[in-house]
Amino acid sequence: MSIAACPGCLAAGPAVEMPRRAATEAGEAIYIALPRIHCAACIAGVERALANLPSVAAARVNLGAKRLRLLPAPGHDESEALRVLHAAGFEAHLLDASALRPTGDEEGRRLLARAAVAGFAMMNVMAVSVAVWSGAGEVTREMFHWVSAAIALPALAFSAVPFFASATVALRAGRMNMDVPIAMAILLAATTSLYETFAGSGAHTWFDAALSLCFFLLVGRYLEHRARATARSAAAELTALELPRATRLTETGRETVDVAALLPGDRIVLAAGARSPVDGIAEGPATLDRSALTGEAEPVPLLAGAAVCAGEVILGAPLTLTVTRRAEDSTLRRLAALVEVAETGRHRYSGLADRAARLYAPVVHGLAALAFALWWSLTGDLHHAISVATATLIITCPCALALAIPAVTAAMTGRLFRGGVLLKSPTALERLAEVDTVVFDKTGTLTEGVARLPDLPLEAASVARALAEASDHPVSRALAAALAGHAPARLTDLREVPGEGVAARWNGSPVRLWRGAEGPELELPGQVIPLPLTERPRQGAAEVTADLAGAGYDVVMLTGDTPARAEVLARRLGIAEVHAGVRAADKADLLARMAREGRCVLMVGDGLNDTGALAGAHASLAPASALDAARVASDGVMLGTDLRAVAQSLALARRARRRIRQNLALAALYNAVAIPVAVLGHATPLMAAAVMSSSSILVVLNAVRR
Amino acid sequence: MNILIVLIPVSVALGAAGLAACLWTLRNGQYEDLEGDAARILLEETPPSPRGAETKTPAAPE
Repeated sequence: MSIAACPGCLAAGPAVEMPRRAATEAGEAIYIALPRIHCAACIAGVERALANLPSVAAARVNLGAKRLRLLPAPGHDESEALRVLHAAGFEAHLLDASALRPTGDEEGRRLLARAAVAGFAMMNVMAVSVAVWSGAGEVTREMFHWVSAAIALPALAFSAVPFFASATVALRAGRMNMDVPIAMAILLAATTSLYETFAGSGAHTWFDAALSLCFFLLVGRYLEHRARATARSAAAELTALELPRATRLTETGRETVDVAALLPGDRIVLAAGARSPVDGIAEGPATLDRSALTGEAEPVPLLAGAAVCAGEVILGAPLTLTVTRRAEDSTLRRLAALVEVAETGRHRYSGLADRAARLYAPVVHGLAALAFALWWSLTGDLHHAISVATATLIITCPCALALAIPAVTAAMTGRLFRGGVLLKSPTALERLAEVDTVVFDKTGTLTEGVARLPDLPLEAASVARALAEASDHPVSRALAAALAGHAPARLTDLREVPGEGVAARWNGSPVRLWRGAEGPELELPGQVIPLPLTERPRQGAAEVTADLAGAGYDVVMLTGDTPARAEVLARRLGIAEVHAGVRAADKADLLARMAREGRCVLMVGDGLNDTGALAGAHASLAPASALDAARVASDGVMLGTDLRAVAQSLALARRARRRIRQNLALAALYNAVAIPVAVLGHATPLMAAAVMSSSSILVVLNAVRR
Repeated sequence: MNILIVLIPVSVALGAAGLAACLWTLRNGQYEDLEGDAARILLEETPPSPRGAETKTPAAPE
C-alpha cells in the first residue's frame, strides 16, 4: 500500500488508506447526480458540506444539470463525499463518467461563437449601411462598402461554415436540404456585393443581408441544439446512474470491481433487488424477476446450481453467483447489440424541414434563374440581371422558412423536457404527431413490473408464511413461495375458511390472512397489511388508455406474459386489442405488419424483449425504469412514473405540427409578397433587412407562444 | 466628413471588444449552468470553493 500523500489521509485511518480501483489520480473529475436539488440554498448546502473535507480538492454544483463535479484530493475517492452528502440529507448517486463523456457540449459552444461573430458583424455592417441607405454621397458610399466588405467577408467565412458544410454533404449525396438555398444565397450575396464594391458602380450591396441571414439561422440552430442536447444529456445520465460495478468475493473479504473486470469463475454477491450484470450459476436457491427479458410477470423460483442470465433481477434474499461469462459476452449485451443494428434503420426518415426544402429550393432557384433570364434577354444587361437574381434569392427569406421548423421543435422539446419527457431524436416530434396507434407493453410499462410483496417486519413475515402454508389455495401457495426466506411462526387454532382465508392465534391474539378488496390482506393485532399478489397498474395507466381512446387512437396491449394475466389487466384498463404470449421477435414482426397496414405505431415498452419493437416502430417511448437497451432503442424517455406523459407527448406533438404548418404558411405569405417585388427588380437591401428580420421574429414568436 | 476616419474604427473596435468579451465568457464556461448562476446570486457569501473546479480544466464536459 502506498504512503498516504497528505495529513488528512493519515488522520482518516484505514478506510482511505486503501484506495479502490474507483479512486482516481488527482485531477480526474467525478460526477455525482443530485436529483433533488432545486435552489440556491441547496447549492450552498452541498458545497459547504464538502468544502472542508480533506478528501475533496474542489466541488461545484451545476444546478441546471442537477449534478456535482467533484475533484478528489490525490489518492482519495468519492466515498467520503457521498457519505457526507447523505448525512446532510442530499440524495446523491455516483455517475459513470465514461457514459457521460460523449455528451460534452463542444458543438453548442461552437454554434454560439459563430452566432456571436455573425451578430457582431451584422450590427456593424448595418450601422454603416444605414448611412448608405439614407443617401450617402459618392465617395462616402464607396468607402462604406469597403468597410462593410472588410467586416463581412471574414465574419461570413467563419460563421457560415455549418451551412456550407451541410449543403456540400447534401449535394454530394444528391439530396436537397434547407442549407442548399441558404448557402447559395449567402455565397451569391457575398460575391455580387464584392464585385459591386470593386466596380464602384453605386449599385446595391448585400453584405448586411448575408450576415443577418447567417445570424438568425445560427441562433435558431443553437436553440434547437440546446433543447436536444439537454434531453440527450439527461438520457445519458440515466445510463451513467447504472454503475458498472459489482461486489466480488475474495479470500480475504469483499471488494468492489468494475463489471468489465469480472472473469469466469469469480464469485459475486448480488443484493436483493439488484440486476445481474453477467451470466452465472446461482449458489443458492433464489427467486428471479425475468420480466425484462421475457415480459412474464411471474417471479421464477430457482434452485441452487441453476443458470442466471444477465439482466434478471434477484428478488427476496441476496444471492451469490459464480460468473460463467464475461460481461461483454453475456446474454444481455449480445441482445443489446442487435438493437444498435435495428436502430440505424429509422434515421432514413426525412423530416418536414427536408420535405419543405425539397419543395422550396427548386421554386426559389427556378424563380431566380427565370428572373435572370428574363432581365438579360429583355435588357441585355448582364450586370443588372445578376443583381435581380441575387435580390430574389435573398429576399425570398429562406430565413423564416428555415426557422419555421427548428423554432417550434426547440420550444416543444423544451416544454416536454420540463414535463419529464426526453426526446432524443431530432425527428421524434414529427413522428409522434403522425401516430395513430399506441402499443403498450404490459409488464413494467402498463404495470409496475413484477408483483412484489411490501417489505414486511420480520415477525409479520413469519406469521404470514405460517398462515399461507396452512392452505392449498393458489394465492396462499404463491404467498408462501414469496416468503420462503422467512421461518414460519408458531401458530395455534389454525382454520381455513374456503374462499375467504386462513385464521389462527399467534401468542394468544387472533391473526388472519384474509381476502381483501385488492388481494390478500394480513390482519395482525392492531394493523392490516395488504399483500398484493397481482401486478398493480402504473399510475395514470387507466387515464392514459381512456384519454388516448377518446382522442381517437387505437390502443393495443402487447405482452410476453400469459393471456390470462393480460386479459385481466386489459379489462381493467379498457384495452380492446390484446396480443399475449408474444415473443420478442414476434413483437417486432407484429409491428412491421401494422406498419404495412399503413398504421403509424407508437411503441411504449421497457424490456429487452421490447427493444426490437421499439426500434422498429414509427416512434417509441420508454419509461426511465426501462433497461438501458430499451432506452437506447427508443426516441424518448419518460422520467416520471405517471403514464399520462404518453398522452401529453402526443398532444404536444400534434400541437407542434400545427405550429410548424402555421409557420410555413407565414413564411410562404411573406414570399408571396416579396418574390414579385424582387423579380421585377424593385428589391433593395433595406427591404431585405426589414422583411428578413420581421418574418424571422414572427415565426419565432409563433413558436414560443403557449 | 473626415471625422469618419476616426469614428468608424472606433465603432468597429468597440464592437470587437464586445465580441471578445462574449467569446471569453463562452470559453470560460459561463453558459454551462445558467440556472445555477442565477440562483448563486442569492447566496450571501461565496462558498469556499468557487470557480476552482471549473478553471483547472476549462473544457470540462458537462
